[in-house]
Amino acid sequence: MQDRLFSALKGHNADYIEIRLEESNSTRLIYRGERLEEAGRTAAIGGNVRALVKGGWGFISFNNLENLSQKVALAIEQATYVGKEESKFSPSAPVTDRVDAEFGKNPLDISLAEKKALLDEYNSIMLGAPQITTTSIGYADGKKKVSFANSEGTYIEQSRIDLTLRLTAIAGKDGEVQQVGLSTGSKGDFSAIEKLHARVRDIADRAAALLTAPQVKGGPYTVVLDPVLAGVFVHEAFGHLSEADHIYENPQLREMMVLGRRFGGRHLDIVDGAAVPGFRGSFKYDDEGVPATKTYLIKEGVLTSRLHSRETAAKMGEPITGNARAISYLFPPIVRMTNTYIEPGTINFADMISDIKEGVYAKDWYGGTTSLEMFTFSAGEAYMIRNGKIEELVRPVVLTGNVFATLENIDAIGNDLDMNQGGGCGKAGQSPLPVSNGSPHIRIRNCLVGGK
Amino acid sequence: MEEILARAKKAADKAEVFQVISHRTPVHFEANRLKQIQTKETVGTALRLVKNGRLGFAQVGGIVKAGELIDMALETSSFGAEVNFDFPAGQSYREIEIYDPAVEKVSIGEMIELGQKLVDAVAGSTPGIQCEATVSRSITTCKIANTQGGHAHYTKSSYSISVEGMLVRDGDLLFVGDSRSSCRPITDHQLVTVEVLKQLENARRNAAITSGVFPVIFTPLGIAGALLSPLISAFNGKTVFDGASPLKDKKGTRVFDERFSLTDDPTISYQPGSAPFDDEGVATRSNVLIGNGVVNQFYYDLRTAALAGTVSTGNGNRSGGLPSPSPHALVIDNGPVAPQDMIKGIKQGLVIEQLMGAEQGNILNGDFSGNVLLGYKIENGEIAGRVKDTMVFGNIYQLLGKLEALGNDSRWIAGYARTPSIYLPGISVSAKSG
Repeated sequence: MQDRLFSALKGHNADYIEIRLEESNSTRLIYRGERLEEAGRTAAIGGNVRALVKGGWGFISFNNLENLSQKVALAIEQATYVGKEESKFSPSAPVTDRVDAEFGKNPLDISLAEKKALLDEYNSIMLGAPQITTTSIGYADGKKKVSFANSEGTYIEQSRIDLTLRLTAIAGKDGEVQQVGLSTGSKGDFSAIEKLHARVRDIADRAAALLTAPQVKGGPYTVVLDPVLAGVFVHEAFGHLSEADHIYENPQLREMMVLGRRFGGRHLDIVDGAAVPGFRGSFKYDDEGVPATKTYLIKEGVLTSRLHSRETAAKMGEPITGNARAISYLFPPIVRMTNTYIEPGTINFADMISDIKEGVYAKDWYGGTTSLEMFTFSAGEAYMIRNGKIEELVRPVVLTGNVFATLENIDAIGNDLDMNQGGGCGKAGQSPLPVSNGSPHIRIRNCLVGGK
Repeated sequence: MEEILARAKKAADKAEVFQVISHRTPVHFEANRLKQIQTKETVGTALRLVKNGRLGFAQVGGIVKAGELIDMALETSSFGAEVNFDFPAGQSYREIEIYDPAVEKVSIGEMIELGQKLVDAVAGSTPGIQCEATVSRSITTCKIANTQGGHAHYTKSSYSISVEGMLVRDGDLLFVGDSRSSCRPITDHQLVTVEVLKQLENARRNAAITSGVFPVIFTPLGIAGALLSPLISAFNGKTVFDGASPLKDKKGTRVFDERFSLTDDPTISYQPGSAPFDDEGVATRSNVLIGNGVVNQFYYDLRTAALAGTVSTGNGNRSGGLPSPSPHALVIDNGPVAPQDMIKGIKQGLVIEQLMGAEQGNILNGDFSGNVLLGYKIENGEIAGRVKDTMVFGNIYQLLGKLEALGNDSRWIAGYARTPSIYLPGISVSAKSG
């Protein structure tokens, strides 16, 4: 394979060229209520060529792997059409490496029958719970092998196994419908989704309880986020803003996100890194062949670095971080997060809520999105906090705000970091990319909660 | 395809092969200038087979080895769902115009020129604005064949243009944008830029709104982005069959304002959502989901229809897996009132163009809530400026139960919905300013 890719790259003239060939296999099981909706297998083989000429990019994706050299020529022709300036592309030392897939209890070694049996157990727990009208379950596992070569002499073969499970319990009564979900996953370890029986029972009971739960009155509150939701917050609200491709061509945004700017208290440290091992966002090389790193985005409240591809790093004159990722051969790599989290502080949960007169304790992930400075994210579960105590369950809340103001308003960071492996990130049509995010419990003053 | 079908027929009781071949060329502009040209060629082949009454399913991206595909599908069939439907037999479909050979003939140079016009029109209007634009053409061929004698194919052309602008102003970010698509080449950039310039004009100043309940006008963009997803979920035959739709017992009942009608119409010429048959080979048709406020029809694929004891409405859609019910192109009937006249009558209210996070609420229940990403405050019958730090919260069954007025400004949004503006009497607003 190495010779084949290098020979296709030979004899062409461009500032940079890369070829990626990909082979993937996946299995999915989807339930809706008692019905197994889908038991399916997918296989795909495809590839792409990306070429840089005078700052312009050409990109060709294909399923037919013949005539790679012609495809390289076409990508260069397109790039030449676009390019009108000098290419800027940070150097990355050539490497030759082979990275095998990591796994624990390998999902690919487990029979479809065994996978189905486990999901059947979870499904009957939910369906047997009071007031549950229906459920949905989505399970997927898959292996992907990528062979990557570029015109600088890098050749990398990298394989990975990814696994995700999402369970939703839907309760209904008198025309009211409420749902609670559980998402989890792992980098190739089936045991991560085993023994969830108690948690599954809990989501079913909670969906039923929501039917009679009141709605929060909308407005600003002191909000405490659990590690899952705080992880979503750090991903959505701050992580996306740290992706250099949003800002590298925009002088005003560069000013807004200037390194050294204070974003929060001295207690705030935010990290992104694929070099942090063992999570769904972990890998050895990104999709431009750059070694993974662990990057402090915020250190002691101050912006210290951001996430880069080779192009954005060059254009901003900052170090490469190995954050260029492509969800598949159909797309060029773009700047993405990997494992993103707030580092733990020292405060325990009881102390964090003890002086809150009226607030909201928001737990668990339902969704989240961002428009750079504004974010909105939804809790799967929420409770009122009154006089330092967690009180009644309320309907799931949507929280929104301006990232700059909100990071400043974080006034307590817990000591209980936990990583969430159930997420998938979407950007520029590339979704869901395996990522993880996490945080300890955090407290935010004056956070806007949507409601009646 | 014939080989796969013939071999699958020997290995199983029934089978169906579905294949999509597409060729897409998007031209991307970033930071007001041309950045990337892409060419994307994809082939995908899916096999459904029935063995011992159970469904097997596999799909392959790229070159297909018939034996491999059949083996994968057979493996899943021992666990697959029980099959309660038949693949549709051979038939002739009505002619729907969805292919214009002119799309393939548009040169990259012409696409670049159009993209530059999109960027120039927006960037030229507002100093400091950074635009991204995409001009894209594609040709998709869809083929289906099954062992019941069904056999059909169509080729669709499509052309789309979009522009998004981002403006940073005093530490404030403003996003504007619009898109258009058609099965024919689009040559007039103003189809998109006129709308975007209007957004920029309306958002020129900021205006503060207080918390409370206010009259609200959803623009066509706002409706497509915030109000349609709860309806799409509620009318999905699967949601109805599962008992999770609030409309499950409401067929024939007036639930919405009598001026409100919603049709799924895949038969309109040169619309990207149109097609002669769905992804299961069932003939498409125009389905009235809501007629004058009355719940008229849910939408189904073959399997869900069989479960529910009804017939497929031609809404089987594949998005990466087995077919499931999905609308093609939703059309809300146009009304009589000009949007300017709606605004004139409002003392204090809100116009919503884009809601962020609208789909994160409890959609099943009809709830939506979101941050107003792009919206304007109305003061004394005029647009006063853009609102920020503002959330709205509503339930579509309450809101669409009584409309204040239906706009006369119906237009297509991204090829999947056509809607006018809708003026609703009251929506809950939570604003940071108290």
